[in-house]
Amino acid sequence: MATAKGNRAAAPTKKAARKVRILVGKPGLDGHDRGAKIIARALRDAGVEVIYTGLHQTPEMIVSAAAQEDVDGIGLSILSGAHNYLFPRIIQLLREKKMGDVVLFGGGIIPDDDIPKLKKKGVDRMFTPGTPIQEIVDYVNERIRPRK
Amino acid sequence: MDAAGKEILAGNDRAAARLMRDLDDEIPAAIRTLKALYRHTGRAYILGVTGSPGAGKSTLVNRITTHLRKRGKSVGIVAIDPTSPFSGGAILGDRIRMQQHALDEGVFIKSLATRGHLGGLSRSTIDIVNVMDAMGKDVILIETVGVGQDEVEIVKVAHTNLVLVVPGLGDDIQAIKAGILEIADIFVVNKSDRDGADKAKREIETMVSMGDFKEGEWKPPVLSAVAATDKGTVELLEAVDRHQEYIYREGNLSRYRREKARVELVEILKTRLIEKAVSDLDACGLLEPLLADMAKKRKDPYTISEKVVDHSFAFHLLNGGKPGSVKGKGKRR
Repeated sequence: MATAKGNRAAAPTKKAARKVRILVGKPGLDGHDRGAKIIARALRDAGVEVIYTGLHQTPEMIVSAAAQEDVDGIGLSILSGAHNYLFPRIIQLLREKKMGDVVLFGGGIIPDDDIPKLKKKGVDRMFTPGTPIQEIVDYVNERIRPRK
Repeated sequence: MDAAGKEILAGNDRAAARLMRDLDDEIPAAIRTLKALYRHTGRAYILGVTGSPGAGKSTLVNRITTHLRKRGKSVGIVAIDPTSPFSGGAILGDRIRMQQHALDEGVFIKSLATRGHLGGLSRSTIDIVNVMDAMGKDVILIETVGVGQDEVEIVKVAHTNLVLVVPGLGDDIQAIKAGILEIADIFVVNKSDRDGADKAKREIETMVSMGDFKEGEWKPPVLSAVAATDKGTVELLEAVDRHQEYIYREGNLSRYRREKARVELVEILKTRLIEKAVSDLDACGLLEPLLADMAKKRKDPYTISEKVVDHSFAFHLLNGGKPGSVKGKGKRR
């Protein structure tokens, strides 16, 4: 049915109404959530359903929310310097919950040396300060698909 | 019962979360699971929380949840936020105020976007409440989108409807005079530490007292609360208890159940019938010519709709209820 051509596709027969759902949050102790809010807003404008969980999240809280909301991706803003603990811990928890297919990306003040290490541990992409918002939106559009 | 259904009944939250997503995304297989779960529903107490944007709905839901947990009740929360009409995206931010329950396994929170549905709920809300009910949640809280005057769909879904009002918005009191006033089982003047709280409370009490209540009929109480500091939550829950007693009285409960059943059926029929009508017209090659004729004002939508409704649906029903699968692919069941 999906192969039907022309305006036939517009008929709401068997519609795959899947929307991309992404959790955006801020783990750790720093209280600067402007960046996270801007990303949330930009993703909303790109048609994503953003579950915004706010500040001071522990990895356990983030993964629990991600499971209940059945998200396709998790975007985290970390400015506190605790990224080398927080990201790997979240990946570990995701794997324990058999949620290894959830794409984890992040942004914040992350030293260049740490980025390859985080990627190796399973963080899909890290954005550093100065990244244009559109680049992040393009990344999400390209990389994160709604699950089957 | 399929595997997903069994897992949900066995308490697998992850399976429940996936089913909820599938229902929200209208995946056909999910409906099959829900069909099997349906007879396991009807045990949960459903509490609706509605009010204007910023009235404190999420904060109050958070407080109520804390108290319900102290009573040993398991809680499901369905929190609805609006979808952007321009992008189709949404920011679902109700969890921010509920973080203290994030690690409590007795609390399951699902955020939903309206996805264009009007009435204060999402199309999928009833489905998702049913899943939480089947999961065995004792109480399910439904937080509507911030509503104005007419978004009263919640009334049919919830056993008890809380309507939140905040002081200082003169127009807000105007707004609740119709529609929302009529659906409240309990009024809550939230942020009652603010100026004008007494006035707001009095105005609502006056409105309620003008209502025509029969002997033994429920008269909505007007309570004060400051959800941010937990003031008034205990009294609020006591009022909910009283309303629950009222609802559970013989007669009231069966009326509620029938009314909810009606809404469930009508809502599902609405979606299905429209989809079917449009796709059948399209499959017969009629849709585009009809639209072209309408664009040229040769035909009108009223006549077309009448014909579709009179002939198409009645025809199928008379034929033994077999849905006309016009496409080559026969339906397997």
